[in-house]
Amino acid sequence: MSVPSSRVDPTPKREEIMTYAIQAEGLAKRYGETKALDGVDLEVPRGRLLGVLGPNGAGKTTAVRVLATLLKPDAGHARVAGFDVVKQAHQVRSLIGLTGQYAAVDEALTGVENLVMIGRLLDMPRAEAKRRAAELLDRFDLTEAGGRAAKTFSGGMRRRLDLAASLVGHPQLLFLDEPTTGLDPRSRADLWAVVRGLRDDGVTVLLTTQYLEEADQLADDIVVFDHGKVIARGTSDELKATTGAQVLEVRPLRASHLDVVVGVVGDVLGSAPEIAGGLVTGSVRDPALVPAIVRRLDDLGVVAAELSLRKSSLDEVFLALTGHRADDGGADSHDDTRDSTARKEEVAI
Amino acid sequence: MTTFTQTTPVTVSPRPGIAATVRHTATLAWRSLVQIKHNPMELLDLSVQPIMFLLLFTYVFGGAISGSTGDYLQFSLPGLIAQNMLFASLTTAIGLNTDITKGVFDRLRSLPIARSAPLAGRILADTLKQVWAFALFLGLGMVLGFRVQTGVLGVVGALALLLTFALALSWAAVLIGLTAENQEKVQIVAFSLMMPITFTSNAFVPTDTMPGWLQKWVEINPVTHLADAVRGLLSGGPVASSATISVLWAAGLAMVFAPLSVRAFRNRI
Repeated sequence: MSVPSSRVDPTPKREEIMTYAIQAEGLAKRYGETKALDGVDLEVPRGRLLGVLGPNGAGKTTAVRVLATLLKPDAGHARVAGFDVVKQAHQVRSLIGLTGQYAAVDEALTGVENLVMIGRLLDMPRAEAKRRAAELLDRFDLTEAGGRAAKTFSGGMRRRLDLAASLVGHPQLLFLDEPTTGLDPRSRADLWAVVRGLRDDGVTVLLTTQYLEEADQLADDIVVFDHGKVIARGTSDELKATTGAQVLEVRPLRASHLDVVVGVVGDVLGSAPEIAGGLVTGSVRDPALVPAIVRRLDDLGVVAAELSLRKSSLDEVFLALTGHRADDGGADSHDDTRDSTARKEEVAI
Repeated sequence: MTTFTQTTPVTVSPRPGIAATVRHTATLAWRSLVQIKHNPMELLDLSVQPIMFLLLFTYVFGGAISGSTGDYLQFSLPGLIAQNMLFASLTTAIGLNTDITKGVFDRLRSLPIARSAPLAGRILADTLKQVWAFALFLGLGMVLGFRVQTGVLGVVGALALLLTFALALSWAAVLIGLTAENQEKVQIVAFSLMMPITFTSNAFVPTDTMPGWLQKWVEINPVTHLADAVRGLLSGGPVASSATISVLWAAGLAMVFAPLSVRAFRNRI
């Protein structure tokens, strides 16, 4: 940035730039009647991995597209690495990498050519672009396939190539928009390992996901989106603590004791427990109540095959925060498809 | 944090310069053309339709229309060249639309390159393909008996006129590519637009047997003037009026479609 050093005021700003990779305030974007983003504030410190969690249509993709300079917000502003995403879009682009929901690779080009093309577009000399391509193919285990057209790649390979393409320019900041959607468990685990490696290298990552487990596994901090708003933020543990409850699970050895267990748990906790597959699940706000339940069950001669007290899962947190589970309420509510023809296509399929 | 200091680019420029824009455009044109290297069949794909049209028109209709296939070829080849150019200019729409639906367009837009480079690169590559198609048509036509009666200057002039028109039309192609939902829709629009426009002209048949109202349209149709101009430039004859009208049409198309395309392009950003 060409801020003259003689000026007095930039000093505090400089500090912010050093601290935060992303700062967004009041971002809003609407499509007709639908508020895709409804006043979103985000702060991502440098070198952290922020997980943006939410169901389909919560506004995650719209937020990424605004931050990656692909979409102008209707209101609010955002700075990425200290640059304004609207007024200094070009500078932002030279510092970020983006991997969208679709493997954005040119299928007619080989793996090598896809990466060399990006390198050349980033003004690398031809030799350097080739060297960087080879390095990335090696890192993503694609060296053997590198000479083949990308259309012959499997889904997991395409995603890896796509991710490699977003890393050609050594971005300081990486946007990963649902990078593992549609991947098989093994490819997903591979991708997770790569993302962890990037964070270890000091790259700031913003990752959107519908999978609570993914956010739990990867993210330093999590924000939860619903209907275009941030409805909760914190670390995974903090979020789990927000419901103020732990989860008690009891499975009686004999199925005929299920009713007794339900009665006792409900009576002691003061709320009706859930029953699923022979397992009784109750929400515990006071851990001191657990021994009382054990004593009562013992008195009644009920033997528990399984008895545990654990922190709420993110799934349960999401339910407590939004009143619906993370995996429903997507298709009927507003969604991100409006700004992505590609996604429209997949929905149609 | 050590990697951080390594990865920070030394300079972060506010926008790409002209030299960089040219370089990025060339890289993106290379991207469209290198596919041909891997898959030479692609070149044949580009050419199958022209060859088929050339052979069918010459040997099926030629005798009936002109009395001899040779005479017909001399008349129809310029028309076929013009028709093929119009069809080919719409491949720009298909390529662009595919980039958008596959997410490649977003990837390119997230890079620090000139906003115009993805469009300019594609159009540059498609223009080179137009030159190839022109050469193929003319070469094959000459093998079958077509004779250039003007000279090198005429051929160059015909090519220049065709490319001018194709470039103007590529603004329409860009608009279709940006706004169509998917590739199939692009093809439907392109086909149902181009078929009637190219056939209701004097590209393939003399127009005197057509009904009066159709002749009036044929007189207006830019394809008529383009075919006439190319005919004149390759076989000799008056060129000035038809070439002027063709260029005016090209300018008109560009004036209508360029702002619409730019607006559609901006809306995507």
